[in-house]
Amino acid sequence: MKVAFEVNGKALEVDVEPRLSLADCLRDVLGLTGTHLGCEHGVCGACTVIVDGEAVRSCLTLAVQVAGENIVTVEGLSRDDDLTPLQAAFRKHHALQCGFCTPGMVTTAHALLSEEPNADADRVREVLSGNICRCTGYVPIVEAVLEARAAYRTAEGES
Amino acid sequence: MKFPAFDYESPTSLSEAVALLADHGDEAMLLAGGQSLMPILAFRMAAPALLVDLKNVPALDRIDIGADGITLGARVRWRDIERHTGLSAAHPLLSAATRHIAHYQIRNRGTAGGSLALADPAAELPGVAVTCDARLTLFGPGGERHVAAAEFFLGPMTTDLAADEILTAITFPAWPGGRRWAFREFARRKGDFALAGIALHYDLDAQGRARDAHIGVIGACDRPHRLHAAEAAIDGTDVDEVAIATAAEAASSEVSPMEDHHAPADYRRALVAILIERALQDAAS
Repeated sequence: MKVAFEVNGKALEVDVEPRLSLADCLRDVLGLTGTHLGCEHGVCGACTVIVDGEAVRSCLTLAVQVAGENIVTVEGLSRDDDLTPLQAAFRKHHALQCGFCTPGMVTTAHALLSEEPNADADRVREVLSGNICRCTGYVPIVEAVLEARAAYRTAEGES
Repeated sequence: MKFPAFDYESPTSLSEAVALLADHGDEAMLLAGGQSLMPILAFRMAAPALLVDLKNVPALDRIDIGADGITLGARVRWRDIERHTGLSAAHPLLSAATRHIAHYQIRNRGTAGGSLALADPAAELPGVAVTCDARLTLFGPGGERHVAAAEFFLGPMTTDLAADEILTAITFPAWPGGRRWAFREFARRKGDFALAGIALHYDLDAQGRARDAHIGVIGACDRPHRLHAAEAAIDGTDVDEVAIATAAEAASSEVSPMEDHHAPADYRRALVAILIERALQDAAS
């Protein structure tokens, strides 16, 4: 089945089986392996991508469901020359160890702060509770997201 | 696991969607947000030949607040309820209960209609629907029919919905001013399915005593249902300590909780009693 959508600002058309998840489409068809697959049934949050500005689990979304929509993956949240404020905050606070959950954390945090740049610590914790991290104990991730808020208030976080 | 192979259609009208269901019988399943259906497919607990996506069917994402009540279209998402400016005043119990549902990313896609049609005994919306005497609208080959929420849920994951019908909307009766209400649930972690939960509301008569108490339970039994003995213990009282204790006791002998690897039946029975107590204290305060 042919589906057209936009990924990280680029208009694309893919020809996929209806049963292909958006996550597998991004990774296996488009080569965007920054999106990670952990549980493949909607529990771990590693596969989070942004569809039309909203964080969604790409393992619970079919590629054919997002026809015409605008998808942003973790690759779309980086710059060539330097770190974005969100990435810099993750680095400063050591908000990752093995890094497997990090793409989902970054996409989730970006979606949240784009909509709610004044999210308080409780809200950040509540939102990140949909993403499992087995290394950090979450504290440095929450600190990183809280610090990155300032950049989103001035819209610098938009990359 | 990867999803089993299926065909995919995204009809642009209800009648087109119903025709697809009628043609394929049990082989077709409806897709809205997919936040429960996709895991079911990933576990291969279902392997439909066809998924009928409702995303292009117009008007199913509407929230209407009127004098006659509040109607949510089947494709209204938890996110839409959370962000709607009028809903927390128009139906505070619905608003409060939906805040307990799932996690951020799931809330961005999960839908009201999906939760109702799935009929998980621990789900919040079916519980609020039964507690508040909501009415469901079903659309099939013969047109529209309406079913009371109390008659819609038949058991775990089992409803009155026929294979060729689509649940299109849920309507809650209008919420009167001054109504007392509360929602309490217990889950191991926020966003998890509740081990038990209580939704309740009552109104006050001219003497300030409770009347028309509605108390519903989720998670503890095979379907959401009202606790009539507990309601009777509250009607006509000042909802004081004695009335609350009586209602809690009535509720714990009234429920016949499920037993599973999450919790034994006695634990759920105790939870129901303590949640009713706390919920009634919330409502009375």
